[in-house]
Amino acid sequence: MAISRTSLWTEYKSARELTLNLTLRELKGKYKRSVLGWTWSLLNPLATIAIFSIVFKYFLRIQAPAGDPSGLKNFALFLVAALLPWNYLNNGLMGSMGALVGNANLVKKVYFPREALVVSNVASWAYSLLIEFGVAVVIYLVFGNMVLPWLPAVLLLIAIQSIFVLGLGLLLSVLNVYFRDVQHLITILLLVWFYATPIVYPISYVIDADNKHPELFGHGIPLLFLYKLNPMVRLVEAYRDVLYDLRFPPLFDLVYVTAFGIATLVVGLWAFRRLQGRLAEEL
Amino acid sequence: MTNASAAVSVSDVSKRFRLYHERNQSVKAAILRRGRARYDEFWALRNVSLDIPHGTTYGLIGENGSGKSTLLKCMARILSPDEGEVSTDGKVSALLELGAGFHPELSGRDNIFLNGSILGLSKAELEAKFDDIVSFAGLEDFVDTPVKNYSSGMYVRLGFSVAINVDPDILLVDEVLAVGDEQFQRKCSEKFADLKDRGKTIVIVSHALGMVRELCDEVALLEHGHLRAVGSPREVIEGYLDVVHDLQGAEGEPLLARGASDGRIQSIAVLDGAGRPVSRLRTGDSVIFRIHYRADEPVHRPVFGIAIDRSDGVLVTGPTTRDSHINTDVINGEGHVDFKVDSLPLLPGSYEIGASLFDLTRSRGFDRRTRILKFDVDPGRPHEHDGIVTLGGSWSGAVFEQPVSR
Repeated sequence: MAISRTSLWTEYKSARELTLNLTLRELKGKYKRSVLGWTWSLLNPLATIAIFSIVFKYFLRIQAPAGDPSGLKNFALFLVAALLPWNYLNNGLMGSMGALVGNANLVKKVYFPREALVVSNVASWAYSLLIEFGVAVVIYLVFGNMVLPWLPAVLLLIAIQSIFVLGLGLLLSVLNVYFRDVQHLITILLLVWFYATPIVYPISYVIDADNKHPELFGHGIPLLFLYKLNPMVRLVEAYRDVLYDLRFPPLFDLVYVTAFGIATLVVGLWAFRRLQGRLAEEL
Repeated sequence: MTNASAAVSVSDVSKRFRLYHERNQSVKAAILRRGRARYDEFWALRNVSLDIPHGTTYGLIGENGSGKSTLLKCMARILSPDEGEVSTDGKVSALLELGAGFHPELSGRDNIFLNGSILGLSKAELEAKFDDIVSFAGLEDFVDTPVKNYSSGMYVRLGFSVAINVDPDILLVDEVLAVGDEQFQRKCSEKFADLKDRGKTIVIVSHALGMVRELCDEVALLEHGHLRAVGSPREVIEGYLDVVHDLQGAEGEPLLARGASDGRIQSIAVLDGAGRPVSRLRTGDSVIFRIHYRADEPVHRPVFGIAIDRSDGVLVTGPTTRDSHINTDVINGEGHVDFKVDSLPLLPGSYEIGASLFDLTRSRGFDRRTRILKFDVDPGRPHEHDGIVTLGGSWSGAVFEQPVSR
């Protein structure tokens, strides 16, 4: 193993600045040469929300429940609270899978802590999420939802989600170097995951379906229990609690998601450290 | 054992590479082959140990594939050795590829900060050095231009400038010295000299033996991943040239396909005017280059040639017997051919000589040995210094033609 006698502290400090600079590179580079620039990062979710609202509300007639206790009843606003965090997960993971492969030249020619590439990718998408939420907050306020006191809770949720996204991102980034079709597999899994999470429909629909068609999922199988093993279910519901319903999410859900996130990060870091030794050769 | 006083300490390092027959970069392929891609392993480095003391300029030489770049990458922590350990004492900066990690859409300014932090500089340090970096690269007018609009020269200059201004304790350089125009090259060598004066450690991987001899205090020779020799540049480089000679001579591996009749270059000798072998000459000396050949079977209408290279690989001249219309019908057995020079036009420096044996039409090459013997040229007459050859010309005094009109 290569060992440097320079102190860990200076290494940590320079790694932090490196991560910051790489994040700025991601952000500055993202919309260079496009006329609308950063507006795109808002137009994109706006377009998705518009399309989903029309398709799911008017064609498929999905009813957004009224916010409890907020009393707000609006499908688009019901959607936003869950879709923006989902986009963060989706973009963060897809970006992570390109973080090492796309910077092969750098990895092969310069030594620096390779985690910085993944961290900066996730950080750049977290930054996008903050901007998107900033706009969303204004819209919530316009529709009379007083979300301002709940913003610290939103930040807490973003922090918890970031741990999860980073852990999964680290794992996928390094796997994708060894098996390039991880990214194609993940694209499909993300699609499944999207519909297995109550984003375009309320969670009550799952309970109803289980009650009405027990044969569909088999008798005696605790569907809701299984459904809620997916940490994104609880996370998305928590975002919705604070932004749409204006209530504090169940504590157990927060603990569950945090524990899941930390476990993912541990596994991700372990895999990354284990597999990064031969990165420069495998890329 | 690791030597604590060394700037770079390589102890018993081995590095194994995998040569994939079919790359397993899909999950399907991995499952079909039961998880294992088929590959051969080879050792790019085997049990290499060396210490590079603080403040030395250290050269790593060897043939292509000898593992010298791999060793440098291990020192830079880009590759991690499979066995053994590399430890470094001080801040390391590697000049492996200039401008690696530049983002084409970002300005020179942004890229300096980005690249600098990749190389381990803090923002404050970069701010302090920013002007130096820009002026060293000579890009004052272009700092705010996206680097995609830079010429390749500007790109490389900026990359070099950032890397060298990292002010490393240990600088690792891989064949990147020949960048930019003459003026920039001069700045680079000044910077190297400056680093050297300040007691920094420099490790250079290069094929340019002349440069290695000039710059380095100590040289290590690698061969097929093994450390063959460590020592003063003169010893090691001469040993290296012998190795090259031995390789080509002993294994008899000709660079060209051999004809049916076996003609070979046995050796080459540099003789002074009196016919004594010498390894040092002066400009203006009378000299004979003698090729010893051996033909096991008759070789018809042979053409002999020599090639003199400067030590950095520039071909100086390559005369052949055919050029001089010297025809021999047949050679059989052993013998020699002389190429006589009355007044050596080479200027001071190190040169390497090789020899070749062809048939008249050059359609069949019997043997060719490049750079098999080294010789040095010292100042002589005329007493010139700059360049490779003297033209043997003579200067007139200034001739007055007409006064300057006012």
